[in-house]
Amino acid sequence: MLKIIKYFLLDILNNKVVLGLSLFFFIVSMSLLYLDENQNKAILSLMNIIFIVVPLISMFFSANYYWNSYEFKEILLCLPLKREKIILSEFIAVSLSISLSILVGLGVPCLIFGAETNIYYLILLAVILNISCVALSMWMVILTKDKSRGLGLVLLMWFYLTMLFDVLLISIMMNFSDYPLEKIVLVLASLNPIDLCRISMMLQLDISALMGYTGALYKEYFSGSGGSILSLSILMLWIIIPVYLFVKKFGQKDI
Amino acid sequence: MKNDFLILLGLLLFFNCSNANTLISNKTHSIKEAVRQAQCGDTITIDPGIYSEGNIVIDKSLTIIGIGDCILDGEGKFEIFTIQADDISLINLKFQKSGYSATNDFASVKILSSKYFHIHHCEILDSYFGIHISNCSYGSISECKIIGSPDKEQNTGNSIHIWKSDHIQVFKNFCKGHRDGIYFEFVTDSYIYENISSHNIRYGLHFMFSHSNTYFHNKFIENGAGVAVMYSKNVVMHYNLFKENWGPSSFGILLKDITDSKMYGNQFIKNSAGIYMEGSNRCIIENNLFKENGWALRVQANCNDNEIKKNNFINNTFDVSCNGSLVLNKFDNNYWDRYVGYDLNKDGVGDLAYHPVSLYSVLVEQNPAFLILLRSVLINILDQVERIIPILTPIDLKDNSPSLKYYKFND
Repeated sequence: MLKIIKYFLLDILNNKVVLGLSLFFFIVSMSLLYLDENQNKAILSLMNIIFIVVPLISMFFSANYYWNSYEFKEILLCLPLKREKIILSEFIAVSLSISLSILVGLGVPCLIFGAETNIYYLILLAVILNISCVALSMWMVILTKDKSRGLGLVLLMWFYLTMLFDVLLISIMMNFSDYPLEKIVLVLASLNPIDLCRISMMLQLDISALMGYTGALYKEYFSGSGGSILSLSILMLWIIIPVYLFVKKFGQKDI
Repeated sequence: MKNDFLILLGLLLFFNCSNANTLISNKTHSIKEAVRQAQCGDTITIDPGIYSEGNIVIDKSLTIIGIGDCILDGEGKFEIFTIQADDISLINLKFQKSGYSATNDFASVKILSSKYFHIHHCEILDSYFGIHISNCSYGSISECKIIGSPDKEQNTGNSIHIWKSDHIQVFKNFCKGHRDGIYFEFVTDSYIYENISSHNIRYGLHFMFSHSNTYFHNKFIENGAGVAVMYSKNVVMHYNLFKENWGPSSFGILLKDITDSKMYGNQFIKNSAGIYMEGSNRCIIENNLFKENGWALRVQANCNDNEIKKNNFINNTFDVSCNGSLVLNKFDNNYWDRYVGYDLNKDGVGDLAYHPVSLYSVLVEQNPAFLILLRSVLINILDQVERIIPILTPIDLKDNSPSLKYYKFND
């Protein structure tokens, strides 16, 4: 399996996309940290960018790569290898390469500027979010028959996670505002990895006190070491479940 | 002002008591005995040592000076000084452990119906109430250090508690770890300056029905619920610092029914709400700095004719929020760090009006559960759209001439 991962990785690193990605992250974080005299503000701007761009890139890239490496996978399938191993290695290679570019692109400027610990938590969240999005998009792609449908579904998924989900949340909160919604909203928010990352980052930034009773409740769940562990473990579920789904689906799929 | 007051105090001391200037040094190691022997107008000096004499009642004009380290101990049972006389000075004394009672307001120093009292350079530790003053006038409390060991709100009193008094000066004190740092009720014509009030369980400063007082150069830091001032008029507050009053129901300052007052040159830094205004009318809020607060200003719809001008708003999560669409307050000439307009004629004033209330802050005001969407992509987009075509936000709440330059105040 390590060998397969290695071949996938070499292939991905060959096409320079990862290099371009890390350059993009590097320039964005460098300019934000350099221009904003207030680091907290820079973290917030960076967070806004990361939580839009990272899911988009990782979903789009992994979906594309699935189809580009289709022939390579066909060859591999002719060999006496387990299907699960092949698709898992592709997943690991893709998520590893993008994670690497995030770590380099965001991490190096932070090390240069001597950033606060909050920003490292943000990088951790970005990496986990990336892995979860790769898993999700691979599942989408394996579900569909051809490339255009797969890409369409993936883009729709991204749009849903970044915006439509929040619209749904707003409409629920508007319509049921007469009821105590705090706990329900809390559960609903963990149904979206991007929201989950955002909330857990917000609470790290000590904005929770704004939220009054609501914030106290959110803080109890999401903040502090126990809260971070809880939100990180829910995020882990957001990796494990899609991975299980696409591995199972790939095993049954007629290639 | 201060000098006049001291001269007055001196004159009154001189005329009131015929045999002033007798000095009784307390050799017997009993303050009660010394007080008993002293004549009106005498000065008692107390040698270093620990004095646990229960409740000491002072009913004649005296000056009591501690020489060195003299500690008056209430043993957790007694009120230490109960003073019922005019012309009292307490200088350089240390009090500790005044008693706790659920029915009486035991204090380290209690002054009742006195004129011309002066408490200077005293230290009060672990007391229920620190200094408790009622029905007094023309007094001063200065350079005192009052530190409590906070337990629960109901088990601790106020550091400096003043009730129904006038012409009091409270300055250069340090209040920490009580229920309220400085508490005034029915106190008028007083000056409160250069005090530091921090880490109190409830409010750093709390006053009600206290008109025509001036507060300046005070610091209120990390108090449980910040500062709350209520039902008063003609209050002047300038160059105070309100910092890190951070919590679900905490304010930099809560203005409840405050009228005809002025606030200028104050700094509000890292409070969950810089100023929370409710039922306050005709206040002028000028040249203040609001930095890194949750809400810089929360103006309830029952406030009117307030003028908010020439302030700096920097890095606040929400600049202004209000709970209604009727706007009766005036925003003018403020510096907003979120302002994105332009200035074609280069006069330093933005050509487009700034709307400090965002759509999101309106939504949050209606339903706090919306805070879970703080800084989400969707909210950013909605805010931008609302800024161009306002539908839900109060259209009239705007700063018509926002400053493009950050004001540099010198205090």
